[in-house]
Amino acid sequence: MLGPDVTWYLSVSAILFSIGALGVLLRRSPLIILLSLEIMLNSCNLALISFARQNGESSGQVFAITVMAIAASEVVVGLGLIVAMSRRKLPLDVDRLTTLRG
Amino acid sequence: MGNVLVWFVWFVAAFACLGSALAVVSFQNPFYSALALIGNLGSLAVLYLLLSAEFVAAAQVLVYAGAVMVMFLFVIAYLGGEADAPWAGGPSWQVLAAVCAASAILVEIVVAIGQTSGGRLTHAPAITNAFGSPSEIGRLFLTDHLLAFEVTSIVLLAAAVGGVILGHHSRVEDERRARA
Repeated sequence: MLGPDVTWYLSVSAILFSIGALGVLLRRSPLIILLSLEIMLNSCNLALISFARQNGESSGQVFAITVMAIAASEVVVGLGLIVAMSRRKLPLDVDRLTTLRG
Repeated sequence: MGNVLVWFVWFVAAFACLGSALAVVSFQNPFYSALALIGNLGSLAVLYLLLSAEFVAAAQVLVYAGAVMVMFLFVIAYLGGEADAPWAGGPSWQVLAAVCAASAILVEIVVAIGQTSGGRLTHAPAITNAFGSPSEIGRLFLTDHLLAFEVTSIVLLAAAVGGVILGHHSRVEDERRARA
């Protein structure tokens, strides 16, 4: 394999995952939290694809594509919730959303 | 020579990836965050190409950086100034705890991978041209991973129905709210 070992890709993936986790924990806007979730999902995809390359087995890439489809559906529902929140004049701040009642 | 070139591309892509991820988390304006995420997804696609996952890289650019991010940008534009997410608010101990938790996750991942791999991660096997090609992925989807393929279609259908219901504009409800 030309270039860096799989270990290098895995370290990028680990750092990326913790950056995403930091975003989810730190930020209060549901939009930024969704974006950080995307970062975390993509870091998992990178790890899956690195392990697929390491084992010479394409199945990991199939998992990555499945994760991508799940992430797309999660974005649809999350953005739908955000739009519904803004239409009901709820604050876009996860700290102030203390009840689930519409 | 080829080795040096791959290392160079790897470094550029990896640092672009980490830098844009930090930008996503730190920008106040969600529009800039979404743009930074597009850069992040693009550089990840370059890393996928280096791992000879051509089909996943193409799907990443088309589905993620294309369709999903356009949806994000549409919603952010629809919300306008309401979507702004300033850093203010929240006690400092919360920020500290968040940083501690994120670093703990990082340490955990590194330890878990290091302990289970046991130095087996340094020699990747040689692969054929078929590895990661669309035909190979399609064959796996329709043979070994057929269940995942079918379940994904159900999940996508459920998400589509959920999106329609969440975005549904009920006239009765509007009138009730107007009266209240």
